[in-house]
Amino acid sequence: MTFLNAGSTSVVAILIHAAIPLTIILVYALVAIWGERKIAGFIQDRLGPMRVGGFHGWAQSIADLLKLLQKEDIIPTNASRFLFKFAPFMMFAASYAAFAVIPFSSSYVGSSVNIGVFYLVAVTSILTLSIIMAGWASNNKWSLLGGMRSAAQMVSYEVPTIATILTVIVVTGSLNLMTVTEMQTGNDILGFLPNWFIFQNPFLLVAFGIFFISILAESHRVPFDLPESESELVAGYQTEYSGIRWAMFMLAEYADMLLLSLVGVTLFFGGWNSPFGEFMAGPGWGYFWFLLKGLMLVFVMMWIRWTLPRYRVDQLMQICWSVLIPLSFVNLVLVAVWEVIFN
Amino acid sequence: MKTAEEIRNKIDTAFPEAKPELKQGDIGDPWLLLPAGQIREIAKFLRDDEELRFNVLMCLSGVHYEKEEELGVAYHLHSTEKSHKISLKVRVPESEPNVPSVESIWKTADWHEREAFDMVGVQFLDHPNHKRILCPDDWEGHPLRKDYVQQEFYQGIPTGYEE
Amino acid sequence: MKTTIQDTGQSDKREMVINMGPQHPSTHGVLRLELTLDGEVIKKVKPNIGYLHRCFEKYAEEVGDYAKVIPYTDRMDYVSAMNQEHGYVLAIEKMLDTEVPDYVEYVRVIAAELQRIASHLLGIGAFGLDLGAFTPFLYLFTEREKILDIFEKMSGARLLYNYMAVGGLMRNVHDDFEKDVAEFVKTFRPKIKELNDLLSYNRIFIRRTADIGVLPPKVALNYSASGPVLRGSGVKWDLRKNDPYSIYDRFDFDIPIGSGEMGTKGDCWDRYIVRVREMEQSLRIIEQALEGLPEKVDVTKSIEKRVRPKEGELYFRSETPRGELGYYIISDKKGSPYRVKARAPSFVHLSMLPSISKGALIADLVAIVGSIDIVLGEVDR
Repeated sequence: MTFLNAGSTSVVAILIHAAIPLTIILVYALVAIWGERKIAGFIQDRLGPMRVGGFHGWAQSIADLLKLLQKEDIIPTNASRFLFKFAPFMMFAASYAAFAVIPFSSSYVGSSVNIGVFYLVAVTSILTLSIIMAGWASNNKWSLLGGMRSAAQMVSYEVPTIATILTVIVVTGSLNLMTVTEMQTGNDILGFLPNWFIFQNPFLLVAFGIFFISILAESHRVPFDLPESESELVAGYQTEYSGIRWAMFMLAEYADMLLLSLVGVTLFFGGWNSPFGEFMAGPGWGYFWFLLKGLMLVFVMMWIRWTLPRYRVDQLMQICWSVLIPLSFVNLVLVAVWEVIFN
Repeated sequence: MKTAEEIRNKIDTAFPEAKPELKQGDIGDPWLLLPAGQIREIAKFLRDDEELRFNVLMCLSGVHYEKEEELGVAYHLHSTEKSHKISLKVRVPESEPNVPSVESIWKTADWHEREAFDMVGVQFLDHPNHKRILCPDDWEGHPLRKDYVQQEFYQGIPTGYEE
Repeated sequence: MKTTIQDTGQSDKREMVINMGPQHPSTHGVLRLELTLDGEVIKKVKPNIGYLHRCFEKYAEEVGDYAKVIPYTDRMDYVSAMNQEHGYVLAIEKMLDTEVPDYVEYVRVIAAELQRIASHLLGIGAFGLDLGAFTPFLYLFTEREKILDIFEKMSGARLLYNYMAVGGLMRNVHDDFEKDVAEFVKTFRPKIKELNDLLSYNRIFIRRTADIGVLPPKVALNYSASGPVLRGSGVKWDLRKNDPYSIYDRFDFDIPIGSGEMGTKGDCWDRYIVRVREMEQSLRIIEQALEGLPEKVDVTKSIEKRVRPKEGELYFRSETPRGELGYYIISDKKGSPYRVKARAPSFVHLSMLPSISKGALIADLVAIVGSIDIVLGEVDR
């Protein structure tokens, strides 16, 4: 299976490389939506889906998907038709394109570029654009408000995200995510702890905290989900979308959540490395550990959603600009100092 | 804490031309019948006087007296400081149902007076937003009048039930 | 077709006029708010009501019997039906000057206080839901279900009971009544603490509600605010203590008021915490009522057969979970009232909305409307 290695140029190989993250995203989205409803149910002292498919309603997402596929396609009369249709696809395309540089295991990464992090950050910025597009093209004041709010939010929170990513890059010296993961192999800290960056440097722990809050804001999760807050703006920028177009937005949102969690895992939690050193390690196990850690972060994001109320838009901005950004830059400097002193 | 009789006497002293009458049915609360033209001044006096201090207007209702062909407005006041209550009433003829608005004295009268206008048809002078509140703006008639007949069509839609 | 939306005639292109409602997830019913926005800041709010007007007052005149009006009083504020009935029935009994057996009074008070707790649970839950806290809503509804189960055993219905009658009650209570209520009181107290841990002192919740929608006490009194809205502004006024009716003067309970604990006195947080603390006080009243419950009598025997008060008029007010509910009844010696006016607390509180939401953001407006706790059934009747 050498032709599946990164760097191979045969067309079939390229298509297979591209299809692997797509399959993972699609399967994950179905499982995650079901999972979110079950987790929400258990946190709220109720059961969630129970009937569709038998055991705890596991086929609920499939049923919902089939329902959405056969719905009537409603486009508001005065909406900008092309932009209206294009926005959800662009959003999904942006999330999906960013998966190209994420190493799923030691033998698979979609595209092993030396500017992986740079590419990642650039592509996820397109998400902001697609939300504004959706809000504007809907010809609806509420959607416009939602689009405006979310644009402000995403653009602001990209700064602490990038700053915390940079703290890890300062330690590794490379923008290539595969190299970042390879540097976290081994179990040398305190004799038994894995070499993950989150254990290597106390300021990286702080950096992870800031990173996690920022990705909650980037992927529009509570407590920062004002752009689509159900109780205030009906559904924000998604108000006028129905059927499969709305399903694309949902898909893109979940893909975004997974993407950012996986980036966090790659940077801070050792990527595809096993926590037990040599035990249960290897190219095949790499997939398992990577997705497991990513899904755990996604679980924490869902847990927070059903526990906390949401912030108001100006409070959200204030948190970003007065707290997170200064903190992340100070942290960056401190990480650099630590590295110079101890390494 | 003052009784209704004492309050009547105070109003009589301050507004001798008002000639307030203290009335009472066989059961229930007594009320003071006042002339419509002076109700705003009397209301201000009731709110600001040191011994009375009626700072809350609990309720303002419109009533249709069909037999006498008059419209009435009933005010129920109470004072949180002095713990006394009083009911006032104003009666105006159906042909000229003008009552000065007390919205400038108790802000709560705003919506209550709009409802009295909507339901019974009393016209409140100097009201900041004299429009219907419960019925649509272009509804005809005043529903709580005793001789009210519902309009058959509203903007082309039949309003009644099929018999 | 003629349109009834007015042309605002504004030429200022910066301001946007937007409609919140009548269908909106967080306006607690069919309420239309016309907002004039400058970006996110609200310049003007104009509430538009009447979408749920069901002509209660006209029905009360036409239906032909004082007692037949009682089911209609249920449906005004459908969330706290027992309190509506309680006020109306007490008003009629005062007009007739009848003696009601003590047992009936005690059961009525227990029902009214249980309904107060149920109504606050819904108000607090919906308030949290508007702000994005999905979970406390469901936890509180579990408790509300227990109260509704007790009501179902008592009266046969879960939400609109038609339970109180002039002079008595429509049905005798079930055998397990005292046991059920005592058990509910026992299990509910720790839930209030759970609610406080989960929502009341949560930093995000406080940031969303403190210093928002401040209502100064003088303005509150001028607008005739009552209930938790008035008490949240620091005015210690509760009709059960200041103008006691029924047997409330036999019970010992406190009146919680807002004191600006987390922000300014009279903000949304104060109104919210007054409701939470009131639930605790209602539990105290229920416990005392259960202890002092007199011997059981047949409550249906004391219902007045002929309700025909003499000529006169009466304004009777009672304390519902939302505030002061006033019934102004004019009687003219006939079997049906000449005029019934129901002064609903939510109607009065909603008229305050433009003045306390000056300069707020849309998110704040949602918090303010939620903290005032309106029910559109009451507003429109």
